[in-house]
Amino acid sequence: MKRESFFARNPSVLVFIAILALFTLGVTLASEAFGAGLISTSFIKTLGKTLCLCLIAVAMDLVWGFAGILSLGHFAFFGLGGYMVGMWLMYERTRDIVVASMANAPIPPTPAEIDAAIGTQIFGVVGSSEFPAIWFFSGSLVMQLLLVLLVPGLLALIFGWLAFRSRVTGVYLSILTQAMTLALALYLFQNDSGLRGNNGLSGLQNLPGVTASQAVVSVWFLWASALALGLGYLLAAWVVSGKFGSVIRGIRDDEARVRFLGYSVEGYKLFIFTLTALIAGIAGALYYPQAGIINPAEVAPIASIYLAVWVAIGGRGRLYGAVIGAAFVSLVSSWFTGGQVPSVNLGVYTINWVEWWQVILGLSFVLVTLFAPKGIGGLFDLAQGRLVPNRHGADYGPDQGALMEREGRE
Amino acid sequence: MSTLLEVSGVSVTFDGYRAIRNLSFNIGPAEMRAIIGPNGAGKTTFMDIVTGKTRPDEGRVLWGEKSISLTRMSEAKIAQIGIGRKFQRPTVFEDQSVFDNLLLSLKNKRGPFSVLFYRKTPSDTERVHALAEEIGLADQLPRKSGELSHGQKQWLEIGMLLAQEPQLLLVDEPAAGMTPEEREHTTSLLVQAAKTRAVVVVEHDMEFVRRLDCRVTVLHEGSVLAEGSLDHVTANQQVIDVYLGR
Amino acid sequence: MPPLNTGNSFMMRILLALAAVLSLSLPVSAQEAPVQALLQQHRDIILESSRKTIEPAIAALAGSGLEPAQAVLRAWENKEMWLRSSDGRFYRGESAGGKVQTLYDFDSGTKLGDEPESALQQLKPNSGIRALLRAALVQFQLNDPNPERRRAALQTIQRDGDASHLEPLRASIETETDPAIKALKERTEALLSIRHGENEARRVEAIEALAGDIALDVRAALNPLLATRLKAAPGAVPEGENVARQLKPGSTALSRDDAYRLLAESGLAKPHVPAADRLAALAANIADGRVGGELVARLTDPAARDRAYAALAAEGKAPPTVTDAEFDAALDGHVFYEVYAEPSRAVTTAAVAAMSAINRNVGMMQALDLGLDALSLASIFFLAAIGLAITFGVMGVINMAHGEFIMMGAYTGYVVQQFIPNYTVSILVALPLAFAVTFAAGVAMERLVIRWLYDRPLETLLATFGISIALQQIAKNIFGTQARPLTAPAWLDGAWVLNDVVGISYIRIAIFILALIFLALFLFIMKKTRLGLETRAVTQNARMASSMGINPDRVNMLTFGLGSGIAGIAGVAIGLFAKVTSELGQDYIVQSFMTVVVGGVGNIWGALAGATMIGFFQKGVEWMNPSNTLAAQTYMIIFIIIFIQFRPRGIIALKGRAAGD
Repeated sequence: MKRESFFARNPSVLVFIAILALFTLGVTLASEAFGAGLISTSFIKTLGKTLCLCLIAVAMDLVWGFAGILSLGHFAFFGLGGYMVGMWLMYERTRDIVVASMANAPIPPTPAEIDAAIGTQIFGVVGSSEFPAIWFFSGSLVMQLLLVLLVPGLLALIFGWLAFRSRVTGVYLSILTQAMTLALALYLFQNDSGLRGNNGLSGLQNLPGVTASQAVVSVWFLWASALALGLGYLLAAWVVSGKFGSVIRGIRDDEARVRFLGYSVEGYKLFIFTLTALIAGIAGALYYPQAGIINPAEVAPIASIYLAVWVAIGGRGRLYGAVIGAAFVSLVSSWFTGGQVPSVNLGVYTINWVEWWQVILGLSFVLVTLFAPKGIGGLFDLAQGRLVPNRHGADYGPDQGALMEREGRE
Repeated sequence: MSTLLEVSGVSVTFDGYRAIRNLSFNIGPAEMRAIIGPNGAGKTTFMDIVTGKTRPDEGRVLWGEKSISLTRMSEAKIAQIGIGRKFQRPTVFEDQSVFDNLLLSLKNKRGPFSVLFYRKTPSDTERVHALAEEIGLADQLPRKSGELSHGQKQWLEIGMLLAQEPQLLLVDEPAAGMTPEEREHTTSLLVQAAKTRAVVVVEHDMEFVRRLDCRVTVLHEGSVLAEGSLDHVTANQQVIDVYLGR
Repeated sequence: MPPLNTGNSFMMRILLALAAVLSLSLPVSAQEAPVQALLQQHRDIILESSRKTIEPAIAALAGSGLEPAQAVLRAWENKEMWLRSSDGRFYRGESAGGKVQTLYDFDSGTKLGDEPESALQQLKPNSGIRALLRAALVQFQLNDPNPERRRAALQTIQRDGDASHLEPLRASIETETDPAIKALKERTEALLSIRHGENEARRVEAIEALAGDIALDVRAALNPLLATRLKAAPGAVPEGENVARQLKPGSTALSRDDAYRLLAESGLAKPHVPAADRLAALAANIADGRVGGELVARLTDPAARDRAYAALAAEGKAPPTVTDAEFDAALDGHVFYEVYAEPSRAVTTAAVAAMSAINRNVGMMQALDLGLDALSLASIFFLAAIGLAITFGVMGVINMAHGEFIMMGAYTGYVVQQFIPNYTVSILVALPLAFAVTFAAGVAMERLVIRWLYDRPLETLLATFGISIALQQIAKNIFGTQARPLTAPAWLDGAWVLNDVVGISYIRIAIFILALIFLALFLFIMKKTRLGLETRAVTQNARMASSMGINPDRVNMLTFGLGSGIAGIAGVAIGLFAKVTSELGQDYIVQSFMTVVVGGVGNIWGALAGATMIGFFQKGVEWMNPSNTLAAQTYMIIFIIIFIQFRPRGIIALKGRAAGD
């Protein structure tokens, strides 16, 4: 049997990367900062955020679609990533403001005075002016970026070790991950959590030391998000394509069999759980500077359940399915909740889509679960007639590109 | 004859019910052994204990020349030191191809990182093909194993066990639900395997046991009732009373 | 005095002069009645009506021992005392309509006839005087024939009693006939003696008598005795001070800066120049980019700032501040200590002992109170989880919409109250109706969705989650986002108060009883009814059950309906004390799952054990960190995650399941 390259065995990855690149290029050319100005800056931010959501959806698909662990806690890692980068953004920006305002004082301020002023500025809302210990590294971008990986990674490692070690599986594990998320959200809601309680971190859209306009910065972030999604997708595809993918799918389908084959199931689960937590952390770190604000509500268990909804609607067990699900549902969702869909007047009752969108989403989710367990991704199988056996992932259908372009226009 | 696996004085209690009582069992390398017994005799629990799924309340389970105790080891570790187990129901990864099923089972490093960076070597491919030949699935390699027939799945699972290169094979009712031709093939697979390693077969079907032509251990209410050739144990009055007579 | 009032006061003076003349012209005869005589004796200060000078008049009346004195004081306090201009005497006036008063003599109580108000002068005591009058009246009220008045008097004394009350109070104890009031009098006397006892021994005795009593009034009486003030003195603690404790500067109780500030404020050391003033002085003295010999740009260094300021101070351009050495020396040269406001050592010692006994008892009572709180929290969790224990535990179905069923129950209660104004009736109607509504919803959900997913638990979870968000939004669309009230009947208001520490509201007791009823009901259904038998059969072996003629579809449907219906009833109960919003269910769903998981699946006793454990644990954490219920929940969840390590199958289900998987 001759060796084939990774891409030759997984042509869908190449197709995906190509579409992503075209999409990014297209958006850039249509942006206000670098092109024709067809797309508003706020919509570029929405697209950039959507790419981050696609990235965490890929992580979710890895852990759920492939390894069978329905984690209802990955938005906790996403949020933690956002908090970690947010701490640096907020500290540096506040510092810039404070230094600028103090520069006019006749006597130049001492470092201690600057620190105290920053502390008052940041923590005034929670009635404090002291920097909590967890802000120790907030002055250092490198350290905070490292924490983007370390904090979600460590949390996933510890939680996963505890959960998998005690052989908690199935719905129990889901509930346990949900509890973890809730615990984290409740902790962050406290004023003395050191992360400004329910105020969260704000003003994250302003990059310290960058004078470029938001129009330009938004495109930068779009590029960064696209790059992260591309790399994340590559990594995920590589992980699931080989023997490792074989093992984790084996764990999903029959845990005991894998165990009696001599694989330590717990180790694999922990590995994939932690790896996806890292990806989620990175996605969060890219998402929140585009959103501008992060608060504990973002970490609430409901967010993680929505993540599962996206992946399920997109079609789990195939990476592009997760991406399509996240992009489709979150964009349609923001389209509906943004009030851009005209209301329907039924005479006796006017259907306001902002109010009824959640109902539609919930019910369509039930319908997808009942009637289309393969999700949108299953459409590609239909297009090809039937899923060919022995494939790690089906090809893109020819309409995939069209879908992404449609999303681009929205 | 040296001993490969030595189980001595093992007892297990479930919620007041003693599933295994003071069970002792030995098997040497390259030996075939059949375990028979009525329902609830503790056959499956015995396998659970050996493979680490169930921890015995008391007694010793020792393995190999170095007499390693298995009672504190995880299932995966026990599988790695050379005990393979086949379940009653065929359990193969139905979503994956026959080739991948076998490749997954090949004796290689089992750690997540070595698996992640694993690259298929020509010798591994060759070994998979050889195994497929042995279990009679050579032309089925690219098929999804979920599409195989019941008997083919059973063989695939035996093949996966063989791919692990275990020193001891525990096989639970391999012939259940098979056609006579399929049984024939299964018997020869097991007999062939027993030439180089120990094989323990749990079976209900006397005909099948007779064809295996090996020593038989009769379990009853969690302990050994009789041991010897099939003819010897079937002549035993106690065995007739509890099992064959009914 | 504001100019506007001058006319008034002028009039007043004329009237006073007139009255004086009249009183002279009508000499007070020998047969003048005693109270009127007393009033006439003090008429000047009575008419002056000033808080500062009035006391002798009130004291004379109160201490006269004359029977009508009480009536005078009360009339005075109620602004019913009038001075008749014609004879200069004081009378009680009753309004007879128009501007006419009917006058009564104080001594005899006889009616004297009507008089127009123009011929009278009303005495209008200000609030300060009225307070004095009330206090003086207390001694009379203590012996008032009306027991309610006596109680009110005792309350007045407890609220703001003073030394003058002690004597009449003690005197009244003897003659008290009502045993309850007598006990109250004795207790009030003891409380009053703590503060105002005539000597140290009596005060100590009173304190010791009340030691360990956890009532709030005792603590209120003791606390002022133990109030302390921080003081500093050079060298050693002066003699004669009732020292509570000595403090070391630099300890957690007294930082060095605070200690020095105290010295500066007491004039024992020269004050620090505050940092802001120093900065201003530096800023004011900048010349050529330098100040005090230092480059301004260098002043980012605190040491450079100190040097610059020292230079300024040396030049006399700024007040000198304290050097570190002076600072240390000042602190070393003084002792810092807290003194009791109460000078008597014996009293404070007794008070400290009494207080620690009280604190010990309060602690025990708080533990009891906490236990009751935890019990009621546990019954709430149990109520919320019991339906889940059925659907999740017995049927193995994860129902993420369970919380929304709770919410539906609560809204059902709200809607019923819109139609039935009587709260008691409406609750009685709402309970079965909520059951019916959620039972129907549960059956519908089971038929339409869940039965297709019985072998796919994770997908059940997701599908029911979809239903959950749809139901939540529908509720939001119908009822809006603001909280709707679900009012409990009046007889559930209030609380069962054991003492000043332990009290539990009737609603919580009702919920506890409701939880017990449900436990009994569940056990009854499962053990004694056909449905229970069939449910258990289907749970254990569905195929076998169906071959015995049981229809598993029907059993599943009814079981699911039952679990959902109980959620609806729990919703009414929860709605009685929590706000009814579309997110009501969300608040309980995770806890409910935790309850079932911790307790052990498939077992009602497990749900009970889980609810009890979670309830007590959460209250326990809240007790350790009372300010923070959020933290309590965080710790509870972490605890549960760790608990699962040791009992992966929950508290109850562990036994006998070892072979299960």
